[in-house]
Amino acid sequence: MAKINFDNYNTSGFYDEMFDENKNIRPYYKLFLERLQKMGWKKLNFLQHSTDRAQLSLGMTFNVYSDNEGVERILHLDIIPRIINKEEWDYLERGLKQRVTALNMFIDDIYNDQKVLKDNIIPKELVLSSASYLKQCIGLKPPKGVWCHITGSDMIRGADGKYYVLEDNLRCPSGVSYMLENREILKRTFPELFEKLKVRPVSNYSHELRDMLESLTNNTPASIVVLTPGIYNSAYFEHAYLAQQMGADLVEGRDLVVKDDVVYKITTRGLQRVDVIYRRIDDEFIDPLTFNKESLLGTPGLFNAYRKGNVVLVNAPGTGVVDDKAVYAYIPRIIKYYLGEEALLANVPTYICAEEEDLKYVLENIDKLVIKQTDASGGYGMLIGPKSTKAEQEAFILKIKNNPRNYIAQPMINLSRVPTLTDDAIEGRHVDLRPYILYGKDIKIIPGALTRVALKKGSIVVNSSQGGGSKDTWVLA
Amino acid sequence: MISRVADTMYWMNRYIERAENYARFMDVNFNLSLELPPEVSEQWKPLVDATGDWALYESLYGDAEKSKVIYFLGFDIENQNSIYNSIVKARENARAIRPEITKELWEQINFLYYLVKEGLTKKLWKKNDPRKFFLKIRKGCQLFYGIMDTTISRNDGWHFGRIGQLIERADKTSRVLDVKYHILLPTQESIGSPLDLIQWTALLKSVSAYDMYRKKNGKLTPIGISGFLILDREFPRSMMQCLTRAEQSLYKITGSDDGFSNEAEKKLKILKSKLNYADINEIFQTGLHEYLDTFQKELNQVSTAFYNSFFCSESIINQNQNTQQ
Repeated sequence: MAKINFDNYNTSGFYDEMFDENKNIRPYYKLFLERLQKMGWKKLNFLQHSTDRAQLSLGMTFNVYSDNEGVERILHLDIIPRIINKEEWDYLERGLKQRVTALNMFIDDIYNDQKVLKDNIIPKELVLSSASYLKQCIGLKPPKGVWCHITGSDMIRGADGKYYVLEDNLRCPSGVSYMLENREILKRTFPELFEKLKVRPVSNYSHELRDMLESLTNNTPASIVVLTPGIYNSAYFEHAYLAQQMGADLVEGRDLVVKDDVVYKITTRGLQRVDVIYRRIDDEFIDPLTFNKESLLGTPGLFNAYRKGNVVLVNAPGTGVVDDKAVYAYIPRIIKYYLGEEALLANVPTYICAEEEDLKYVLENIDKLVIKQTDASGGYGMLIGPKSTKAEQEAFILKIKNNPRNYIAQPMINLSRVPTLTDDAIEGRHVDLRPYILYGKDIKIIPGALTRVALKKGSIVVNSSQGGGSKDTWVLA
Repeated sequence: MISRVADTMYWMNRYIERAENYARFMDVNFNLSLELPPEVSEQWKPLVDATGDWALYESLYGDAEKSKVIYFLGFDIENQNSIYNSIVKARENARAIRPEITKELWEQINFLYYLVKEGLTKKLWKKNDPRKFFLKIRKGCQLFYGIMDTTISRNDGWHFGRIGQLIERADKTSRVLDVKYHILLPTQESIGSPLDLIQWTALLKSVSAYDMYRKKNGKLTPIGISGFLILDREFPRSMMQCLTRAEQSLYKITGSDDGFSNEAEKKLKILKSKLNYADINEIFQTGLHEYLDTFQKELNQVSTAFYNSFFCSESIINQNQNTQQ
């Protein structure tokens, strides 16, 4: 039986989550390594295959932007976990709470008093010109003052070992179902380790989510629904999963009707009132009367019912402005402005092409930078300078010059790596980290996260639509 | 229960029942062909006739030929009602109501889905005897019923699902019976001949009714067999039994077994009453085929009535307006 060893495992040039720079095992990975060494390759491969089968039979599939049932895919789950020790997690938790608190204040401000704009903390034009800034939300005061109820920040760790926030994802962050199902599967794969390592449980996420949603309405029992675009949406599995876990109705826009600014669901026993909508439909599609007139996904009149305070939308419309990658650059200053504290979590240094000096630098150094479209996500609309051809760079230079507001640039961060099972070996693969933050009566962070992993050798793009997979994330007590 | 969800539950169950029955249809012909005297050739057209899709078949493939018919009923993507399409649609329905069903039920639908996809890839219709595959489909569907029965609470969703299943089953039993009408006998005198009886027996077997029929009636006669499949009060696939149980589920949903409160109740109760007071000798006098044809049409109207009374958003919103006024 071939033993598993890491003799040929290469950690140079990157922060490795399992080994330090001298290739010594990090203390919190020690038990896991011992477990691996006790089994042979055959057993390890067997465990990986069982995982693949478990995912298929659970129907944990996502669609890749197509309505053809033939392109359903599984988000590959690599069975080697990403482990985070208590100290680091506590720090991340403090940093995320601080960040989300400030961002919620920021959103409330820009739709109401706009003090942050008047005090010139962030250029007024930059905020107001954002495609995600919704004029319809001006003057809005959402229930309990919360706008961003659910946040799924993307964190990365650089070669320096430091965590950075890459994106905040305040619209409809997805992936939490994978965090939950991955854990269910890994519990079967390495049952003995969970107890020995004191891995903190994540399974109460759906209870916390339901509690948070209920806290937003005064009606009891609260009538909660999850609003999905439908089965062809790439995250449909998750919508169904969360509705089921929370015991809420999973509805589509056509299952709801608005009468006299009150939202009802259409049931076999007539119309029944709805209090809270956890909507997984983007702002512009929720209500054809207020936003995109072509949208068939939403419910006519929904936004007005929301404005009148007759229904709660989670997240509130208008939060997407923080996801604008140019606004992102100002977040450390925003935190300082509202809380009087330095940001605990670092931003990735960002060049804003709308600003002349930055633009000049970006155009001259495009081969060293990562260029991103300010309103895109999912790994789309970006250029990784060091890995691109001259022609690709030229094309982006043209795009940037045509519309500087639409682009930002960041230095390329060498994402940290975690050992990952390949066809015939264990090799380091780049990962990010997406924890989930719930904001209701207070802020709660589930001790776990979705770790996304770029499965292609050398790739730093972890998005599922671009060949990424996932790992279970073990936060230790 | 959300109307769309009830609708989807209803159809998911109909599609699985349809897939199972189509798998049974195949068996009719295999049973028949194995017991045919050497001078009589196999007939595949009656099978397609009975499903009501002959026109489509003919436009696609022309003459009825064994492997083409098996392909058409089993795997054809062009045929809305093929086993393949029924299972794909059932799975799509299951996905849409994933929170309403259990993990086990969902896994079973996935199993069927991968089974039928594999059959398509392996081109099973080209095999001389693909019965093994159809048996697997049948067993897979039966396991689905079992999981549905043993893991889903008796809520509105379950009852709507059961009504869908029973309406489909009643329709398919009537169609299996109708196959006999479409099978050509060599001569007029063959009615009542051994060949005629062989065909009737094959029908019984294809709906797993042979043993139960024998227990109850003993002697095999056309009128006995027809009466059994249409009017028997105990056999679970008889049209009468299907509608009786569908009606019971409807009581559970509406909470009343007296009179009717909507179109669905009215139509279903009338159709069941017709069976309740029917006489098999009279049915034979008017013509079995004509009787079954009418039954199928009226059953379709019941299904439409369910849509209008429970599933269609517009009519529910309108009803609501009326009650508010």
